[in-house]
Amino acid sequence: MSASAKLASMKPPGLFVYAILYLAFLYVPVLFLPLFSFNDSAFVSFPLAGFTLRWYRAMLADGALGEALANSLKVGAVAAISATLLGLAAARALTRYRLKGTSTVLGFVSLPLFIPDIVLGISLLILVNALSTPLSLSSVIFGHIVLCVPFALAVLLSRLEGFDPSLEEASRDLGETAWMTFLRVTLPLALPGIVASLLLAFIVSFDEFLIAYFLAGTDATLPIYIWGELRFPAKLPIVLALGAAILVVTCLLVLVAEWLRNLGRARTTPLAVGA
Amino acid sequence: MSDRSVPPAIAHAPRKWRADAPGYALLSPTLVVMVLGLAAPLAMLVLYSLWRQNGIALQTQVTLGQYASVLSRAPFRALFLRSIAISSAVTLATVAFAYPMAYFVAFEARAKFLWLVLLTIPFWTSYLLRVFAWKLILGWNGVINSGLMSLGLIKAPFGFLLYNPFSVIVTLAHAWAPFAILPIYVSLEKIDRSLLDAAADLGDGPLRRFLRVTLPLSLPGIIGAAVLIFVPTTGDYVTPALVGGPRGTMLANVIDVEFERIGNWPFGAALAVVSMMAVGLVTLSAVTAARAAVARIR
Repeated sequence: MSASAKLASMKPPGLFVYAILYLAFLYVPVLFLPLFSFNDSAFVSFPLAGFTLRWYRAMLADGALGEALANSLKVGAVAAISATLLGLAAARALTRYRLKGTSTVLGFVSLPLFIPDIVLGISLLILVNALSTPLSLSSVIFGHIVLCVPFALAVLLSRLEGFDPSLEEASRDLGETAWMTFLRVTLPLALPGIVASLLLAFIVSFDEFLIAYFLAGTDATLPIYIWGELRFPAKLPIVLALGAAILVVTCLLVLVAEWLRNLGRARTTPLAVGA
Repeated sequence: MSDRSVPPAIAHAPRKWRADAPGYALLSPTLVVMVLGLAAPLAMLVLYSLWRQNGIALQTQVTLGQYASVLSRAPFRALFLRSIAISSAVTLATVAFAYPMAYFVAFEARAKFLWLVLLTIPFWTSYLLRVFAWKLILGWNGVINSGLMSLGLIKAPFGFLLYNPFSVIVTLAHAWAPFAILPIYVSLEKIDRSLLDAAADLGDGPLRRFLRVTLPLSLPGIIGAAVLIFVPTTGDYVTPALVGGPRGTMLANVIDVEFERIGNWPFGAALAVVSMMAVGLVTLSAVTAARAAVARIR
């Protein structure tokens, strides 16, 4: 009681106002995208010309956009699933066993977080070129797996770290096979982490431009398509409509992910307390 | 049953190996992928930087010539300095502006979770479009200029808003904000509140208490945020390309030109290797200096 009163007396004044201003700085630039996507003018400037949905209709009618979107969904799905499987195996190995060189492995696998994308992009380009394989969506997928593994591993490690091995022992002592133990004990406990890892890896891949730009060859992913369109002022409002659509869809995804995470937490909390 | 119940002194090496073998087996697919997709390409990059491009032929005699020309030519030295200066400014600005925000969420906000979600939502739009939004805002016919003109406040648009190092800094500081807020918030949140009470009880005023307790204890978050922002932004391609103009060009743009237009891969590779080393060196010395400075405050 007195402690919180003392803390309260030491609050710097005006921090709440600062927080609101900061939020405005974060939101206002991003909100110009949806604002001008409904503006009935090819030019992005004030005063606003009137409300229209024609940019959204043009967006839906754009074949190249649809193709790029399909490519991005494909690349994101394959990269997210692969990175999550690799991350899950590695996280399991690092938390269940005491292996030599664990910190070296962690440092090495986390390297993509600390290497600029441009360096990863040209290095992979050199490798693909040296193997004389053609550039394609497959090379993009490979690059994105490498990029996403550190994210997947970080999420899954934090999920599996607090894992009580006696739960699995109990299952085995009660006569379950190793496979059933995995299915009925390990997997359900790891599931919120797996879902979070899949979503995070997918979002990282879906939004990645530079590595894809070096590795895609003639196949465009959505960011490569957007990059190309940014050079044509006439097509700009269509890109803005696309940006607004991406914003809405990803917000929904994030909300679903948070909801799932809370669901998982609510279900596993009693176990964590018992441990 | 579990190998954890065996004390290490009693466990014999072969038995330990047998118990851990499944662990190494589980780890190996990830390691194979990362060696193929990370170690091998980086090794190839270094190898290329030691070769030479002769017309369209690649000469594979080892030479340090690429490094000599990267380091000796003035435009490239200026490029390195500019990239590191811009990224340093971005890092300082992002961390300095994010700190009070993270402090507010950690110590004052009631609905912390809601604030954290609110702070991250703008970053789920495409990175390209978030950067591009600033071009719309700062441009000749952009939001600021057209807004001020339609309000009658200015007669002609400002030309100095876009295509300079400052527009790169503002754009990157906006794009990388969550990478500062989240680590700083985590380190502030971890601080034991009784330490703050103790400092107050022992007569420290708010400022002294902040400088001697809160700030040093949140240093891991600050350093983490700074590294997380500084390293990738030195290699950012999109922002300088869209809002930088000729005066805001950074390393990634020049590396891209060497690879995609000029086709001098060895030179581009040397540029990339030198920039990684320079960035690593700056990062290490800055982190060491920050730690020493805080040790002195304490």
